[in-house]
Amino acid sequence: MTDSPAIAVDRLRVIRGGQQVLNDVSLNVAPGKVTGLLGPSGCGKTTLMRAIVGVQVVASGAVEVLGQPAGSAPLRSRIGYVTQAPSVYGDLTVRENLEYFRRILRAPQDRIAEVIGSVGLADFAGRVVDRLSGGQKARVSLATALLNNPEVLVLDEPTVGLDPVLRRDLWTMFQALAAGGTTLLVSSHVMDEAERCDELVLMRDGVILATDSPDALLASTHTEKIEDAFLSLVEARGEAAS
Amino acid sequence: MSGNATLATAARVLRQLRRDPRTVALMLMVPVALVTLMKWIFDAQPALFQRVGVPLLGIFPLTSMFLVTAITMLRERLSGTLERLMTMPLAKFDLLAGYGLAFGFMAALQATFVSLVAFGFLGLQVEGQVWAVVALAILNAAVGTSLGLFVSAFARTEFQAVQFMPALIMPQVFLSGLMVPRDHMLRPLAIASDYMPMSYAYDALSRVARDDISRWLAIDVAILASVTVLGLALGAATLRRRTP
Repeated sequence: MTDSPAIAVDRLRVIRGGQQVLNDVSLNVAPGKVTGLLGPSGCGKTTLMRAIVGVQVVASGAVEVLGQPAGSAPLRSRIGYVTQAPSVYGDLTVRENLEYFRRILRAPQDRIAEVIGSVGLADFAGRVVDRLSGGQKARVSLATALLNNPEVLVLDEPTVGLDPVLRRDLWTMFQALAAGGTTLLVSSHVMDEAERCDELVLMRDGVILATDSPDALLASTHTEKIEDAFLSLVEARGEAAS
Repeated sequence: MSGNATLATAARVLRQLRRDPRTVALMLMVPVALVTLMKWIFDAQPALFQRVGVPLLGIFPLTSMFLVTAITMLRERLSGTLERLMTMPLAKFDLLAGYGLAFGFMAALQATFVSLVAFGFLGLQVEGQVWAVVALAILNAAVGTSLGLFVSAFARTEFQAVQFMPALIMPQVFLSGLMVPRDHMLRPLAIASDYMPMSYAYDALSRVARDDISRWLAIDVAILASVTVLGLALGAATLRRRTP
């Protein structure tokens, strides 16, 4: 594996509804690692992820994934994207949803049972998605993104509202995927998920505060919790600005 | 473009419809109920029923497929599944063609069912071929599907999508010639009707009804087919992989 980043964002600016949502964001995401994108709600995490998967209109800047411009046709079978709200068909069963997306992604038939198992929904495969709980729906959406074994997985708040046991199991799966060479970019507004990531990107108000490994961040800010590191970085910026 | 993705999409849309048997029942029964109602309304004027009956068989599929498609496509946009599909290796045309195929199939069922009842039980008669009426009804459904796909881009909510029906389809029904022959209308209205697909749908069906198989019928059919393709092309243009 080379050292070139799996995702390279260069001076990205995004304006939505007249508001600057991303302000000159530059970022490299290392391949084969779990990178956590942390920041409060509304800080621009989703917009950044949309730009990376190529569905966001950008004002300026460049985004490259696996060495190709984000959103270009060859990337569409190499990345997986899970939106914050589960984007699956509520009136189809779990298996029917996966069967449709499998055909679109041209993944082999046996992947359906595999991904249903890996998100822990084997007992619900024949159930209509609308009759599942919120957390189960989110896992159907996640399973869909796993179908074609994507090289890059972009997951927007995949563990929100999940039972702690399930959350731990999913993080174990993310780490196993990364160990197998998949690049994962996982957003969260819950700072305590930081410790499960190899690398962290801290964001606030459309700018990136810091990118580093969790340990290095704690060391450089002389703090013991990521939440405190975040506060210390925000305060440091406030002083620099004034 | 890939036939596999088109067929997968059509199968998925039909499977979703099957989960909603009430909608399917309404799609099949409402046209039958309305044609039956027309039969009774024109009880004292059977000639009038013969004049409007056949065009109605084609206007129903156009209207109902327009509504069903516009709302289904809007749901796809709102549920996030469209955005997900846009990150996948799926050509926009394959998605639209899949929709067209699924609703074309529903339209064939609808048109066949209402024709069976109208010709078999309500005494509706055509001088031309019954199969040609059914074929034109399916073509009209394709027009409705294609226009529905296009206008769904301009609706933010399902309420808005529903309002497009009275706004865009009803005037076309009024001006199509069904109520008043088009050459008896005020000049500006007659000119406007020249630009409405429904006018050609009405014209083609009434030609088949009186067995007037001429090149004018071929022109009507060509115009309806072109409107379908144009609607799909405009629909594909409004489907953006990148959104603000």
